Amino acid sequence: MLTAAVATLCLAACGQKGDANTLTVINYGEYIDPDVLKSFTDETGIEVLYEEALTPEEMYTKYMSGAIDYDLLCTSDYMVKRLIDEGEAQPVDFASMENAGNIGDEYWKFSEAFDPGNKYSLPYFYGTVGLLYDTTKVKEPIDSWEVLFNGQYKNDIIMQNSQRDTFMVTLKYLGYSLNTTSEEELREAKDLLQKQKPDVQAYLVDEARDEVVAGNAAMAVVYSGEAYLGHEYNEDLAYVVPKEGSNVWIDSWVVTKKCKNTEAAAKFLDYLCRDDIAYKNFEYIYYSTPNEAAVEMMPDELKNNPAIVPTKEDIANCEVCTQTDEATVELYNELWKELKSTD
Amino acid sequence: MKKRLPATPYLIWMIGFVICPLIAIAISAMTDKEGNITFENIFAIGDSINGQALLFSLAIAVGCTVICILLAYPTALVLRSMKFRKNGFTLFILILPMWMNFILRILAWQMILSKNGLLNLLLASIGLKPLEIANTPVALMIGMVYDFLPYMIMPVFNAISDIDEDVIDAARDLGAGKLNIFKKIILPLSIPGMLSGIVMVFVPAMTSFVIADILGGGKVQLIGNIIEQEFMKSMNWHLGSGLSISLMVMVMLGLAFTMKNDHGERDGGLW
Repeated sequence: MLTAAVATLCLAACGQKGDANTLTVINYGEYIDPDVLKSFTDETGIEVLYEEALTPEEMYTKYMSGAIDYDLLCTSDYMVKRLIDEGEAQPVDFASMENAGNIGDEYWKFSEAFDPGNKYSLPYFYGTVGLLYDTTKVKEPIDSWEVLFNGQYKNDIIMQNSQRDTFMVTLKYLGYSLNTTSEEELREAKDLLQKQKPDVQAYLVDEARDEVVAGNAAMAVVYSGEAYLGHEYNEDLAYVVPKEGSNVWIDSWVVTKKCKNTEAAAKFLDYLCRDDIAYKNFEYIYYSTPNEAAVEMMPDELKNNPAIVPTKEDIANCEVCTQTDEATVELYNELWKELKSTD
Repeated sequence: MKKRLPATPYLIWMIGFVICPLIAIAISAMTDKEGNITFENIFAIGDSINGQALLFSLAIAVGCTVICILLAYPTALVLRSMKFRKNGFTLFILILPMWMNFILRILAWQMILSKNGLLNLLLASIGLKPLEIANTPVALMIGMVYDFLPYMIMPVFNAISDIDEDVIDAARDLGAGKLNIFKKIILPLSIPGMLSGIVMVFVPAMTSFVIADILGGGKVQLIGNIIEQEFMKSMNWHLGSGLSISLMVMVMLGLAFTMKNDHGERDGGLW
């Protein structure tokens, strides 16, 4: 906390200078290789004032408070949409960048869900939600969310303790969009979850992966990044994005309205897209990278790991979550409470 | 006025960290998103889902308190009967767990009770069937009792050990049997201690959510969990505040009622 406060003060002090050769950047914690920042400054002479935030909401609050004029933000899909909608983002000419072409077409297409026309945001890392399972307990290969609902793995299932992710799984299994606003579809999903609840061992967030690693559960709904780490701890674990589709999330870079030094900002984004830099960053973070040149550089075992590089079929039915309509959010809250309170 | 001067730091503390937050919660509870005055958030505790969680929390809290009394009272009696101050050491052992962070203790219970945990390994090694306690209300209850027991033992022990031996001797001289001594001397004189213990166990048990989160595996929903959800996930601070206020008022009324019925000595009592 203290270091953060000191860093903020320092940033505020330095930021005020309005140096043409500085960029003020805010990103999630441990979401960039510090060496990349160093080498960027070495190569371009542009100094990067770097700050971290824990959640998209925190980032938004920090940015909006205006204490520091951030030039660049890296944040999640729905927050990117919010920034664009509120006119806080600046259009960037990605076509003129030397390396932006390294980002694969399908990721630009996914980005259109929150940034139509790809005018504002540059995909940075992405991931899927899927099933992490123990191949010693689950003999047949899994390809469908159905295993969570057919009662075969009673008390052996871990669901996410997050309404979005848990409803997403059920909505996709039922063949609906995860962005649905239909009360009928959401209630149907809730009924199915209620029916499933006795079979669920626990609803967890951070511990979901650990429980499968420790052999306490046969399978868990997890984020792909977690699945990759789970596999590192326990060779018997496998990860699958079920055929009905799932949620794909994308974290993207946005140049803010407050950014004056747009040329430096564009240089920074271009630098992040450069194959060797993107690969270096990937080796630090181990999330899925949309940078196809970086994927090319990976060893085969990573290339063939669905938690790192999902296949085209894997993500064919996936959707980006863009649903923020207030009435639906309230319905979600209500249904979630009902699910948790009733046995 | 001068006499009150040394209390100034405490007063500032109270105003800054108790009174002001309470007012803020009350204001947020009585307004809606548009800032209009409403009592909906406060009465929302009667909704079927919230009410259900409230009743469930009440059952858990009462159960936890009763178990704590049943465990603490005989312990305190035994401690009293120990001679030569040996009881100091025994009491020390009983409250020793309090020196460890309570989250760590709860996480330890999670390890013990989980499917491949210590308990089931032990049961398997002696050829018994594994228990599925993890992520049930039973696990929650075990964790709560373990966590709150010292808060019951200490006041009960204080009250019981403060009873003058002469009073008991006098009763014995006058022909009272063991049962009568317990019923007419020890029990009434220990009630204030028990009431303090009840306050210190029941209130946290009623309002906790962390233990339910960890040992309940997200499947057990107390009213504390609902309030937490309103604040942290649904971002509906108005409803969260309303529920908090109702819960606070109910707990306070309940305690006031208990205290009113207490005509015993106030020694060792909290109030």
